[in-house]
Amino acid sequence: MRVGIGERTSSVPVATEQFRYVQQLVLQRSAIVLAEDKTYLVDSRLAPLARSLGLKDVNGVVDHLKAQRDPRLEQQVVEAMTTNETSWFRDLRPFDALRRHIVPDALKRNAATRRLRIWSAACSSGQEAYSVAILLEENFPELRNGWQVELVGTDLNTEMVRRASEGLFSTLEVNRGLPASLLVRYFSQEGASWRVGRALKARTRFIQLNLVEPWLALPNFDVVLLRNVLIYFDLNTKRQILSRAVRQMAPGGALMLGTAETPTGLCDNLEAVTAEGTVFYRAKGG
Amino acid sequence: MRALVVDDSRAMRTILSRILRKAGAREIREAADGQQAIELLAVGEPPDVALVDWNMPNMNGLDLVVALRRKAEWRRIAIVMVTTENEHSQVVRALAAGAHEYLIKPFDESALLEKLAILGFQMPEEPGEPELADNFAGGTLS
Repeated sequence: MRVGIGERTSSVPVATEQFRYVQQLVLQRSAIVLAEDKTYLVDSRLAPLARSLGLKDVNGVVDHLKAQRDPRLEQQVVEAMTTNETSWFRDLRPFDALRRHIVPDALKRNAATRRLRIWSAACSSGQEAYSVAILLEENFPELRNGWQVELVGTDLNTEMVRRASEGLFSTLEVNRGLPASLLVRYFSQEGASWRVGRALKARTRFIQLNLVEPWLALPNFDVVLLRNVLIYFDLNTKRQILSRAVRQMAPGGALMLGTAETPTGLCDNLEAVTAEGTVFYRAKGG
Repeated sequence: MRALVVDDSRAMRTILSRILRKAGAREIREAADGQQAIELLAVGEPPDVALVDWNMPNMNGLDLVVALRRKAEWRRIAIVMVTTENEHSQVVRALAAGAHEYLIKPFDESALLEKLAILGFQMPEEPGEPELADNFAGGTLS
């Protein structure tokens, strides 16, 4: 719930038959499985879309889709359903592991090439990528001396890629897990929004990429952040994405999954490293 | 965790207290302004964390932060400003005065829980998928 403003206007919950339609559409277009108990998610995410279209409720959106083929609305529905609300420095501990182990190791390994590449997969509006950019700026000043740092965020959703590239965040968004001292240091105010500073933008770029399609033009990465992404896919797709992510890692590179995620049963080629109360993975023999 | 909530809106104090309980707070005291907060603090153990509004009658939140930082036994209190004041310069002022964190109203419940986690007050572990939390607020579709 949101505190400090009126409650969201209540609406008619999505009907089972309408939920199945959305479920099928999302599955076909993004390979993401919406579990049966996620009807509330359809309600909460499609309600703003219903309002913007002047429709009575979420059922109205599905009725409209069923009545006539509307590729643009289909895309909007898929994007709304596959968009995550993200916070900065999410779960905290993975960022401690990055700061104390993963990045220092990568800097030692890459001392000759002086290049550091990090991938934030399914980056949504960019909070994870920018959090890493802040972490580097705060803790590794040596990177300013001749290092080529490349932070790449990718997302299925074109609107999210545009927003991440723009780097303009609402107050609600900067409230989410971003320490106030870092907000005032790295963001400037534009009306009611906050714009990410130049130093962070210079190291980040965002591109549209569907994880279930070929990954063209992606380099190898020293760090792959694939956190809370696999939970949306079926077993086979999970396996495929994970094994491709491992191939995308530079020798000695690190992979991070979500706090509640494990590669067990999905990929045999990874070994777990425990650090700072969290787990990350390296390719075996890598 | 012991907590102090300072806000002149009773409704806001109730909401903040409820979220604090979720975050594991056992003892929560409430004050309607800075002056009342100082009086409350004169008795009992100091809290671990204080949520402080900015605009209040009698003594405002910024003055309360300054007062809390002056006294040795209150210096360990982690302070989060929770306010509608949303200017960059105001966040800077609050931090300079000694607040640790700053949360701008309106905010999602998760936002306060995350601020508390930054300060080391972790919510008791809950099972389930973290991403698909029930408190989704539709923030990314605006």
